Amino acid sequence: MEDVREIKQNGMDDWVVGKDGSAAVVAATGRGLPWRWQEGDLTVTRTAAWSAPGCHLGCGVKVYTDANGNFVKLEGDECNPFNQGRLCVRCLSFDQVITNEQRLTHPMKRARADRGKDAWEEITWDEAYDLICDTFGEIKEKYGPESILFASGTGRDIANGMYRMAYSFGSPNIAYQQTGVACYGPRITATSIMMGNYCVPDCSMYFVDRYDNPQWKPPGVIFIWGNNPLVSNADGNVGHWMVDCMKRGSKIVVVDPRLTWIASKADLFMRLRPGTDAALALAIINVMIEEDAYDHEFVENWTYGFEDLARVAKEYTPEKAEEITWVSAEKIREAARMAVECSPMTMQWGLALDQTRECISGSMALVALWALTGCIDVPGGMVTTHQPFGAEIWQPPAAETFLDEEVVQRRIGYYEYPLYKYSGCVVAQPDMLYDACITGKPYAIKAGWWQSTNPLSCCSQSPESKAYKAIMNLDFNVVVDIFMTPTAMACAEVVLPVATWAEKTGMRSIWYYMQPINAAVEVADNDVRSDLQINLDLGKRWAPEKWPWNSVEEFFTDQMGDSGYDYDQLREVNWMYPKFEYHKYRTGKQRADGAYGFNTPTGRLEFRSTLCEQWGFESVPSYHETDRGPRSTPELMDEYPLILTTGARNWSYFHSEGRQVARLRALRPDPIIEVNPLAAEKYGVADGDWVWVENEYGKIKMKAQVTIAVPESVVNVDHAWWFPERNPETLYDTFSSNANQLVPPEFGSTGFGANCKSLICKIYKLSEGER
Amino acid sequence: MGRKGILINYDFCTGCHSCEVSCRVEHGYPDDQGGVIVVQVGPWEYGPDRYQYSFVPVITDQCDQCFERVDAGKDPACVHHCQAFAMKYGRIDDLSKEVDEGSKSILYYL
Repeated sequence: MEDVREIKQNGMDDWVVGKDGSAAVVAATGRGLPWRWQEGDLTVTRTAAWSAPGCHLGCGVKVYTDANGNFVKLEGDECNPFNQGRLCVRCLSFDQVITNEQRLTHPMKRARADRGKDAWEEITWDEAYDLICDTFGEIKEKYGPESILFASGTGRDIANGMYRMAYSFGSPNIAYQQTGVACYGPRITATSIMMGNYCVPDCSMYFVDRYDNPQWKPPGVIFIWGNNPLVSNADGNVGHWMVDCMKRGSKIVVVDPRLTWIASKADLFMRLRPGTDAALALAIINVMIEEDAYDHEFVENWTYGFEDLARVAKEYTPEKAEEITWVSAEKIREAARMAVECSPMTMQWGLALDQTRECISGSMALVALWALTGCIDVPGGMVTTHQPFGAEIWQPPAAETFLDEEVVQRRIGYYEYPLYKYSGCVVAQPDMLYDACITGKPYAIKAGWWQSTNPLSCCSQSPESKAYKAIMNLDFNVVVDIFMTPTAMACAEVVLPVATWAEKTGMRSIWYYMQPINAAVEVADNDVRSDLQINLDLGKRWAPEKWPWNSVEEFFTDQMGDSGYDYDQLREVNWMYPKFEYHKYRTGKQRADGAYGFNTPTGRLEFRSTLCEQWGFESVPSYHETDRGPRSTPELMDEYPLILTTGARNWSYFHSEGRQVARLRALRPDPIIEVNPLAAEKYGVADGDWVWVENEYGKIKMKAQVTIAVPESVVNVDHAWWFPERNPETLYDTFSSNANQLVPPEFGSTGFGANCKSLICKIYKLSEGER
Repeated sequence: MGRKGILINYDFCTGCHSCEVSCRVEHGYPDDQGGVIVVQVGPWEYGPDRYQYSFVPVITDQCDQCFERVDAGKDPACVHHCQAFAMKYGRIDDLSKEVDEGSKSILYYL
């Protein structure tokens, strides 16, 4: 059976040339498709679901509205090359978000003395802005602009606006409060320091005609490493592209402690011990070098430091790696063979790499692995990626373009962790920032702006609820969100209600293409504003010369790089793809100076990073034993015999989002711990029992799901739970059933990394009456 | 005309529930009902590194073939939103020719 979705767009017929006429800006578009039309009584608007709420994808969606502009229904946009009409359950349940009774619909304020109490007072937007400007202004006067932190969550088109607003205020302290920024940023950094830019697995997403494009060919083998992309859509790639490639003959290797659906279908399933990814990668490299199976042409002509890599990998024989990783030497050899023989290999990697403590040198091992096969920038391989047309949508402007050098240098962590500047979104070191909130060192942090982020539910809390303590220690907090959250209920003096993606004018753009987010729904009944509108309003107050735009559309027009189009023109063609080329490092298109090679100090892909060397960090790929576990803390294993891993997603939720959406909650009503049947028997736990999960930092209540999806000595624990139906004044019990209670804020030598994936714990049934 | 049906190649059904949820939304069915329900089979291990782990969408009595959508020239909601492109709507005669050899497929006569 062929894929049902025919892509009726011919890329070659849709070429347009930008205003400067250069080849670099030639693009494919969705020209010829209307962006708004009538179907009977209903108006249909073509748009993209890029938050709030939602995940990283930003799938193409058609929104149906009535004559009053009210939301009626939606369906996936089958013309959109990115998702080709398919949607996941979260988008499909959007009707229960936009009309949700618990939505924030007006700005509100609360006295500081009433923190934690459901004691809100509705105010107007102007009153809210005045209050924020007055208070932030007083604090700035007294303590300096850097004493206010500006945090956002997982991004989308928010980063650009929020960073600009913060810089307009004068603060260099942009924040993303996940311990060690352990999400995506570390992998971007590791790839960037080795290659000069980032790489993605080529699933044809650069082409509007997708799998039919004659330039593209299916990957020979896809290594799915440290993520379950079908559920998580890791890094903004549609996970089901992997299934599309399977149908077209790609073999699958899965590296995961969990038996996922795709692992059960894989040609090779490497069930590793959580946190040992780098040892496994080095062992595969060991085999490739020992068997002289790597791509000599690529290594000799385009790389630097191969001898150093070979020296490190030599220690990791498959037999040694088997002891460390639990993956058999035989499978390690098989993986090396497949990586080389099923050419080209590609890799969909994920968060498990970021969430090891020494994640930079660990991720470098994976970059080295794919580089040795020579699969870089070949059709179906690992392709180097850039922002389309150089647009600044996902990627915010550099602080230096707004602030004096000396102000930028006051960013917390600036001197200690220089690798942060290669991470895409340059933020303060989050754990040091929380320390500063608590201790006032190196200087006092007095206020927080928390835009579309819920750190009390989503980030590590131990020991002693450090995040809570830090945020509560601030004099004044502003939270911007679609729902009241545990974070807002705990700490906010002002809450600003944000528009959903269906109500906002925005831009969906990362790596592959640009698409306008067309406001489909009227917000007359709700006094909400989009993230960007809020940033624009306040940015104009703080530094009007930095915000010369009269509308959100004008703002986006100026962010569209060298596309040659303005926002309204883009709207008419729906989406716009840059011309994609393979083999860029061989044609002088990888570097700004036009030289051949990679955008690194040596011009080569660096197995030994000269940048890391320069700053005194580990410069070659390496494995560090997990901080806790059978090899490093055998003395603790009697007390805490199970390895605890967390962060895996499920179909219903994006981190702390979605618990108040009835249809999603019905699919996953309770916070789950997965327990292997043998472990369940050993610890007297039956399927459906509520259990205590306890480690050195605390204990939480979870519902046991007994399944062979986890190995006998590993449990997998849901994260970011809260219960919107429970008491707001207990913060919706967000600390009661949330793996983050058990996660310490430990990060690595580079300022990146976390230990979320490889902790230890014990489990035991709740006593009578403890529910 | 000819009878219509839905062909499901559940070798590729990943259990994402998009068919189930899109049907509920389309018809306003409660959260414990629907015109199509995804059934999970497994996981269990039946040999070293050999796993049974399948999801099978089952069409129920509440399936009305999305006649309004079909009249408007669209696919049923479940077929339209299937993330694995594992469902196809069409004439039974045509669909029966599209069953991939060796695949685990179900052809529902609607």
